[in-house]
Amino acid sequence: MAVLTEEQSMLRDAARTWTQEKSPVSAFRKVRDSGQPLCYDPAAFAEMAEMGWTGVIIPEEYGGSNFGYLSLGLVLEETGRTLTASPLLSTALAAASALILGGTDAQKEAWLPKIASGEAVGTLAIEEGPHHAPEKVALAAAKSGSGYKLNGKKTFVLEGMAANLFVVSARTSGKPGDKDGITLFLVPADAKGVSRKALKLADSRGAAIVEFAGVEVGADAVLGQADKGWDLLEKVLDRARAGLSAEMLGSALQAFETTLDYLKTRVQFGQVIGSFQALQHRAAKMFTDLELARSCVEAALTAIDNDSPDVPELVSLAKAKVGDTLHLVSNEMVQMHGGIGMTDAHDAGFYLKRARAAEAAYGNQAYHRDRYARINGY
Amino acid sequence: MADFGGDTDAFRAEARSWLEANFPPSLKGKSGLVALEEATSENADLKAWTKAMGEKGWGVPTWPKQYGGGGLSGAEARVLQQEMGRVGAWNPIGGMGTMMFGPTLLEYGNEEQKKYHIPRIARQEVRWCQGFSEPGAGSDLASLQTKAEDKGDHFLVNGQKIWTSGGQWADMCFCLVRTDNTRKHEGISFVLIDMHDPGVEVRPIKLIAGMSPFCETFFTDVKVPKENLVGPLNGGWTIAKRLLQHERSGIGGGGSGGGGGVFGVGGSPVNLAKKYVGLDEKGRVADSDLRSRLIGHEMDAKAFQLTAFRMMAEAKSNQGPSTATSIMKNAGTKVGQDRAELIVEVMGTQGLGWEGEDFTPEELQTVRGWLGGKATTIFGGSFEIQSNIISKRILGLPDPLSSSSN
Repeated sequence: MAVLTEEQSMLRDAARTWTQEKSPVSAFRKVRDSGQPLCYDPAAFAEMAEMGWTGVIIPEEYGGSNFGYLSLGLVLEETGRTLTASPLLSTALAAASALILGGTDAQKEAWLPKIASGEAVGTLAIEEGPHHAPEKVALAAAKSGSGYKLNGKKTFVLEGMAANLFVVSARTSGKPGDKDGITLFLVPADAKGVSRKALKLADSRGAAIVEFAGVEVGADAVLGQADKGWDLLEKVLDRARAGLSAEMLGSALQAFETTLDYLKTRVQFGQVIGSFQALQHRAAKMFTDLELARSCVEAALTAIDNDSPDVPELVSLAKAKVGDTLHLVSNEMVQMHGGIGMTDAHDAGFYLKRARAAEAAYGNQAYHRDRYARINGY
Repeated sequence: MADFGGDTDAFRAEARSWLEANFPPSLKGKSGLVALEEATSENADLKAWTKAMGEKGWGVPTWPKQYGGGGLSGAEARVLQQEMGRVGAWNPIGGMGTMMFGPTLLEYGNEEQKKYHIPRIARQEVRWCQGFSEPGAGSDLASLQTKAEDKGDHFLVNGQKIWTSGGQWADMCFCLVRTDNTRKHEGISFVLIDMHDPGVEVRPIKLIAGMSPFCETFFTDVKVPKENLVGPLNGGWTIAKRLLQHERSGIGGGGSGGGGGVFGVGGSPVNLAKKYVGLDEKGRVADSDLRSRLIGHEMDAKAFQLTAFRMMAEAKSNQGPSTATSIMKNAGTKVGQDRAELIVEVMGTQGLGWEGEDFTPEELQTVRGWLGGKATTIFGGSFEIQSNIISKRILGLPDPLSSSSN
C-alpha cells in the first residue's frame, strides 16, 4: 500500500466501511436477481455520490474535491472487492476525465457539477468491434451546417443504459485505423436519433449498444479539437484504464482472500486442504503476483496525479499485470473451491465473470503488452 | 567528524571534500566484481581506498559509530551514495560480514562480541563465511548434524559444512552447530569459528559455470572458545532465521531495486535482440514469439522494480527486512533467471561460448552468468522454501502433516 495522506486514509476507510456494510456481494446478487434494467441500484449510487465519491477528481469550482486519481483508485479498489455495481468508473472517472482534460469552460460548466453530484451519468462510447481498438473508428461525423451529423454504432458502452451523456469518438476524416481524423463529441442521451439497447453480458453489469442515426450536434459539441481527438482520447483512456485496474485489484484481492479462508476451513482426508503443499505454493504465487500488481496500479495512478510523461507505459503495465493476476486468481478461486465454486449460489462465479469483462474493457492483457512494447520501441 | 544533525547540505560538502581527498581516481567506475578479482592482488590504490573507507566507517555508513560504523542517518547515507556516484567511487567494504553477519551480530551479540568483531568487519580486516548447509541438511537446514560438545571452557566441534561461500579465503565462520541431540530447532547454537584453526579443512567445489565460489568445510576436533557463542545456548535457530532474511533481501535485489542479484547477467535483452535478431519492417523484434516473451519479461522486471521501491518506501519507519523478503527473493531471482535465459537465446550460438577469441567478453560472461544464476533459486532458502514461508508466515496456512524446518 502506497504511503497515504490523512485524507486518503479517511477516504479509503470510509469506502471500506460502506462497501462492507451497505454493498456486500449479496447486494450485487440482489441487483442481478431483480432484473433491474440499469444493472445497479440507483439508491446505492446516490449514497456514493452523497459521500463525495463522484467528485474525487473534479475541481472544487465544479463541485468536486480535487483529491486526485490515487484517491479515486482507493475507492474503486474497495468497490471492486465487493463487486459493487455502479457507474462510478464510467462517469466520475472516464467521462469526468474527458471533460476535465478536453472541455471548454462552457462544457465543464454544463456537465461537471452534475457528474460530481451524481445527477448525471456520463460514459465513453468508443468501441465498434469485439476487441478494444480505439483508432478503428468508423462512426461518421459529417459537417452539417455549422455543426455535424453523426451516423454509426457503438458497442460495449459501459453503463450505456444509465448514461445521460456519451463521449463519442467519431471520424471526421481519414479511414478506420487512422489516428488522424478522430474527433470526440459530447452527445446527450436524449438527443434526437440516439437509440440504445441493453447488451447483456456474463458479468451482469450495465452495458449497451448505442446507435446514432443522423444525430445533429452543434460545433460546441466537439470536445477538444476536431480531427485531432486521438491524443485526448488516449489520455482519457489511460485514466479510465488506471481506475479500472484499481477496481480489478480489489476484486482480485477479495477473490484471493475468500479462497484463502476456504483453504483454512475445508477439510478432506482428515485435514484442512490448506495444509497441502500443492495448494500452498499456488496460494504463495497468487499472493506474490498481487503484491507486484499493486505496485504497478499505484505507480500508474500516482503518475497520473503527477502528470508524469510515463503515464502510458505505467498504465499499460498496470492493466496487463492486474489483468493477468485477476485472470489467475478468478480461475483458482473456482478450482480451489471445487464443486461449490461451480454453483450459482456461491460468489466465485461472479468474480470469474466480472474478471473477464473487466479484462476486456479498455484493452485486455494482449493489447497492453503490445502497447507497452510499442511505447518502449520494440 | 562533526555532528551534522539534520543538515544534509553540510554533510554533502563534507562528503564531497573527503572523497576528493581520499578516492584514488585510478579506481573510478570499477565494478565490485573487478574489485573482488583485485582483492587478492597488490593494488596499492585499492588498499589505500579500503583503509580510508574502513577508518572512516563509511563502508557501513549506518552502523553505530561506537563499533566503527559511520553513524550516519539514512538521509546522510543516501547523500554519501549520491556523492560517491558523482565521482565514480564505490564501496570497497563488502561481503558476508557487512551484508549478513554484521547486522545480525549488532542485534543479537553481546557487548564484548560487538566491540571485538564489528570494527574488524567495518575495516574489512576479517573475511567471514557462512557455515549453515550440510550434505544432509539443505532445505531442511534444521536437521544439521555438526556437533559441538561442551568441554568446560570451550566447545569441541566435529562435522562437515557445504556450500561455504568464499570459504577458501575466509578468516572466520559464523556457524550453526548442534548442541542438543534431543530437540531439532531448539538444539542448535550459533558459534563463531576461526578458519585458521588446524582442525579446519577447506576444499573448493567446482560448479557448472566453471568457477569455485563455494567450498566443503570439514571440522575435526576444532576448539571454539565459549565467548564465541552468540545468543543463548540452543538459541541459534532464531538468530539464523534473522540472518537468512538479510541474505534473502540481498539475493533478491530487494535492497537495490535490481532483479538479478549477485549472479545477474548484464545488458538489456531487448537491445540485444535488436542487435542479434534484428527488426521487421515495422521496427519490431523480427521473431514475434521471442518479442512477446521479451515483453512479458520486461514487464515482470518493471513490476519487480516498482515493488522494490514501494517496499523501501513502506519500510522507512521499519528496521531491517520483513517477511516480504520472501516475496522479493522469489520474484527477483525469477526475473534474473528469465533475463539470463532470454539473453542466451537471443545471442544464439554466440551465447554459448565457453572460452576463446570467437566470443566477446559480454558473450562469455552471459553463459557463465546464466549457469551461475541457477544457484539463486537454490541458496538462501530455495524457491520452494520461500513459498513455504509465504504460505505459513504470511498467509497463515497450516503445516503439512510431515514436519518441516522453516
